[in-house]
Amino acid sequence: MRSSVFFLIAVLVGAAVFFGARFVHNEYIFFAGFVILQFIVLATAWNILGGYTGYVNFGTAAFFALGAYSTVFIHKLYPLPIPVLILIGGVVSGIVGLGMGYLTLRLRGAFFSIATLALAVVLQTLIVNWTFVGGSRGAYIIRPATAPLIGNYIEYMFLIMLALAIVAITTARVIERSQLGYGFATIRDDEVAAEASGVPTLRLKLIATTISGALMGMAGAPFPYYIGYVEPTSTFGLAYAVNSIAMPMIGGTTSWIGPLIGAILLGTIQQVATVTISSAVNLLIVGLLLVAFVIIAPKGLIGLVQDFRRSRGG
Amino acid sequence: MMAQALLDIVGLSKRFGGFVALDGVDLNVKQGERLGLIGPNGSGKSTLVNCICGTLHNEGGSVKFDGKKIDGLIAHQRTRLGLARSFQLPRPFVGLSIADNLRVPLIYTVHAREGRRFTRAEMEDHCGEFLRLVGLADKAKKFPRDLSMVELRKLELARAMAAEPKLLIADEAMAGLSHSEVDDILALLARLSERGITIILIEHIMRAVMAFSQRVAVLVSGKKIADGLPQDVMRDPEVERAYLGQ
Ligand SMILES: Nc1ncnc2c1ncn2[C@@H]1O[C@H](COP(=O)(O)OP(=O)(O)O)[C@@H](O)[C@H]1O
Ligand SMILES: [Mg+2]
Repeated sequence: MRSSVFFLIAVLVGAAVFFGARFVHNEYIFFAGFVILQFIVLATAWNILGGYTGYVNFGTAAFFALGAYSTVFIHKLYPLPIPVLILIGGVVSGIVGLGMGYLTLRLRGAFFSIATLALAVVLQTLIVNWTFVGGSRGAYIIRPATAPLIGNYIEYMFLIMLALAIVAITTARVIERSQLGYGFATIRDDEVAAEASGVPTLRLKLIATTISGALMGMAGAPFPYYIGYVEPTSTFGLAYAVNSIAMPMIGGTTSWIGPLIGAILLGTIQQVATVTISSAVNLLIVGLLLVAFVIIAPKGLIGLVQDFRRSRGG
Repeated sequence: MMAQALLDIVGLSKRFGGFVALDGVDLNVKQGERLGLIGPNGSGKSTLVNCICGTLHNEGGSVKFDGKKIDGLIAHQRTRLGLARSFQLPRPFVGLSIADNLRVPLIYTVHAREGRRFTRAEMEDHCGEFLRLVGLADKAKKFPRDLSMVELRKLELARAMAAEPKLLIADEAMAGLSHSEVDDILALLARLSERGITIILIEHIMRAVMAFSQRVAVLVSGKKIADGLPQDVMRDPEVERAYLGQ
């Protein structure tokens, strides 16, 4: 399928989701849906680096928070429309992603992952000590009462995150099918052999960290308007790092559809658990599922389906 | 003195910690030449390949390729200049199909070099051609895990050839192959040689080395101890001693 056709279909599905949610006539759908969509973007973004090239980033929260705090910073100066804030958040975290790549991509495996964790700690410390954006006490963002075009603000935010999810998924799919995708796959498999075949591994990894970081920041940019109150501990929370790793792993990391399925599945389970039990069990659920999948189905749900098809096909 | 030297290695040294793997190796390969490189296990042959191709960085000496010093270049830049090698222990891209394995050098070396994209059909043609050359045409859609060790060696060779190199280095590509398969690969290398590609063959199978090489160089303990016509080198007492001393 051509990418333009895919994008069109994604838009149609997105429209169906939006009008379906409206049909339910319950604001909670939009609040919960926003979070799930946000995880679709984060999981897809993480997978572009972690799944396609095999570099595990533990610092998702840092990129997400960069987007969120870019918005807080700009809101304090002069409130701008959310789509503009998303672009700004994307540029800021894309640049940080590129910088992180330069500093850390010569490290292999676990060392790279530890470096991304360190980045998150450093950024959080900076934010905690930066009073202009609220420091450790946090900052309040008064959400406007009505939104452009749609009226209802939460519906507007839901729609924006839906659009972002479509952009992220289409981007991932385009990469997967392009020459870049082949290059990423060779990096995941064997960097020495990749270089020997002419693949400029460092440049490709920098492209991956930049795109991945930018999308994570874009996911974080609308967050202050959604939550209304931003403070470092929850914005840099463990939940972002754990979920953005667990969702692709559970769905499957080799294709765009894996993070999508994983995010919908895990996101929904967590939303239900939050309502029925308590949000405190969320990370426990995610952790247990992740462990189960790593042991039983290391290639995720996609892998299970592929293996099933292969065994039936003989 | 040799104006048409394609590869010119001077005083190449490489150590791993305190261990000297290569000790001031000089080697000169002419455009279009077929060179056999032999030596006992652990003598530094693969290390030499790694230093030539930029997989490892040599501490001493320098490598000139096609009249240009390439010491500062990283591996993929050297590949794009026209250096290709097969790995002694096959290193396939396990997540890609056999055909896609060959697509990688086509995309990232041949495209990048020529500054143009192949059409889908051209790409299929090229992949198919190289797969046929090494007898893997029926495995195009399979994955490396479906191949035998011998087939993986052939894939390794095909991937190196797909980069359309000026100099091809085959590092023990024939180990484990049957008599007729060795002959097939030799015929293949001969055809490449006729097309003007310079080839360094690293091999333990002496029959293959003698049949293929116009010249033979011998490496022992990181030092080049002989370099000359195959018959002369094989009669060299120092070479005999190195091989008998194993
Ligand atoms: N990456 C490495 N680290 C440490 N020692 C190495 C490394 N690669 C090769 N060696 C050592 O260098 C010597 C030469 O190895 P190699 O070049 O593979 O020999 P050959 O290909 O002639 O069999 C051997 O003693 C080997 O153990
Ligand atoms: Mg060797």
